[in-house]
Amino acid sequence: METKQIRDTIAMIDEQHLDIRTITMGISLLDCIDSDSHKACEKIYDKITRCAENLVPVAEELENEYGVPIVNKRITVTPISLIAAAATDTDSYVEYAVTMERAAASLGVDLIGGFSALVQKGYQSGDRKLIASIPDALMATSRVCSSVNVGSTKTGINMDAVAEVGEMVKALADKSPLKCMNFVAFANAVEDNPFMAGGFHGVGEADCVINVGISGPGVVKRALEKVRGKSFDIVSETIKKTAFKVTRIGQLIGTQASERLNVPFGIVDLSLAPTPAPGDSVAEILEEIGLESVGAPGTTAGLAMLNDAVKKGGIMACEHVGGLSGAFIPVSEDAGMIKAAENGNLNIEKLEAMTAVCSVGLDMIAVPGKTTASTISAILADEAAIGVINNKTTAIRVIPVPGKDVGEEIDFGGLFGRAPIMRVNQSSPAAFIGRGGHIPAPIHSFKN
Amino acid sequence: MKIIITVVGNDKVGIVAAVSQKLSELQVNIIDMSQTLMHGSFTMMLMGELNAEADFASIKKELSTVGEQIGVSIHVENQELFDAMQNI
Repeated sequence: METKQIRDTIAMIDEQHLDIRTITMGISLLDCIDSDSHKACEKIYDKITRCAENLVPVAEELENEYGVPIVNKRITVTPISLIAAAATDTDSYVEYAVTMERAAASLGVDLIGGFSALVQKGYQSGDRKLIASIPDALMATSRVCSSVNVGSTKTGINMDAVAEVGEMVKALADKSPLKCMNFVAFANAVEDNPFMAGGFHGVGEADCVINVGISGPGVVKRALEKVRGKSFDIVSETIKKTAFKVTRIGQLIGTQASERLNVPFGIVDLSLAPTPAPGDSVAEILEEIGLESVGAPGTTAGLAMLNDAVKKGGIMACEHVGGLSGAFIPVSEDAGMIKAAENGNLNIEKLEAMTAVCSVGLDMIAVPGKTTASTISAILADEAAIGVINNKTTAIRVIPVPGKDVGEEIDFGGLFGRAPIMRVNQSSPAAFIGRGGHIPAPIHSFKN
Repeated sequence: MKIIITVVGNDKVGIVAAVSQKLSELQVNIIDMSQTLMHGSFTMMLMGELNAEADFASIKKELSTVGEQIGVSIHVENQELFDAMQNI
């Protein structure tokens, strides 16, 4: 027995917040399609509760046996806009969301994703109905997560959808800004994402599958504390080795979950997902690398190196990598990001640059309530452009907070933290967004 | 199933005895063990083997109770965790 290795492993879990962020079961609802929406919802409830009957007990058993916390147990389903499109008896899809909520509640899972529409090229009949239903659907539920994919490298950007999402986010925020954290708009959305709010079960996936999302910013930070002042070669190597170890735990837990649930194992999502807990922050990793504060010049380069090293270390440690895989930079969920936003070292423009080199995008960002729908749409268009041109996933999860302005904050509670309201450029993009139509696919998407 | 038991705390008389006594009661076979003082604190690691019918959760709970009684912290984990992380 290697005593030191055992101690190191236990310290990672006990002191450095190593955890499995989520075990997510993806469930296809394609066999639940029905022209009668009530019948479809019955089939959906039955299928979800049947497939995921043992998800929570098995996750708890693994948690106990391996001593690694599994923070969330989640479900993703086929985008509801595809399932509900067949229903000819309703224009509102709220009942589908309520059914998802009911199934999730009866199983004890934390979140269920897939109240989604994929409109990167255009709208099918269910897509507009779904997007229009999002505010009421999220108000009627607590566990349901929703997403809309507005662009992809292969298709370009659907600017009609970009405009519509801006309006919808404003409508949702007017009802309750807290609900905005359950909605994300994507470009290049992935079909096997275990993380929320953007997780859904793609149509190319198997009927039922287990995906795992790992975490561990604290472990990376602690490892870097031991190489202070050393060159980037050593920093990168240290991150790779740490990411390898963290990912191995994800692979082990995923394999075990898959065997015990008798469901195929999909992917491990190699992400550094922070929480507001001290020492569990991506911002603190960048500061450990040598920046006085996240947001300082050098942040983008540091984040690019971190993101790349995490992937290189993780990729050999598991059979199949997927999902978003990269460092997350949600402002409200990361103590270091909150601090930097509060003291003016981190602004939306710098965050936008950071999203070009790490996974996802402008995440959990609170903006003044007076921010217009067209400004939110234009922020989404910018993010989508970064994703489409760079062949990567990007997204926005912004929260306009009615009645609040820069200098105030919004508290989301628990794992979601709190967010200072950030300044948004006040010049208007209304005429730009008002054009509508479609930004064509970029030249480098034509590879055939 | 093989398990790794780690015992960490202030050194005193009877830690090894209390832990091994409990393992014997629980029918856990000790197949390897090491003990040292690390930075002044007592550190013991044991590899144990459970028989097929053993209830992992109750073994973990009982050992944790022993730890509380004698003032040390006792962790129990499936050995596969350490293998996965430390071996390619």
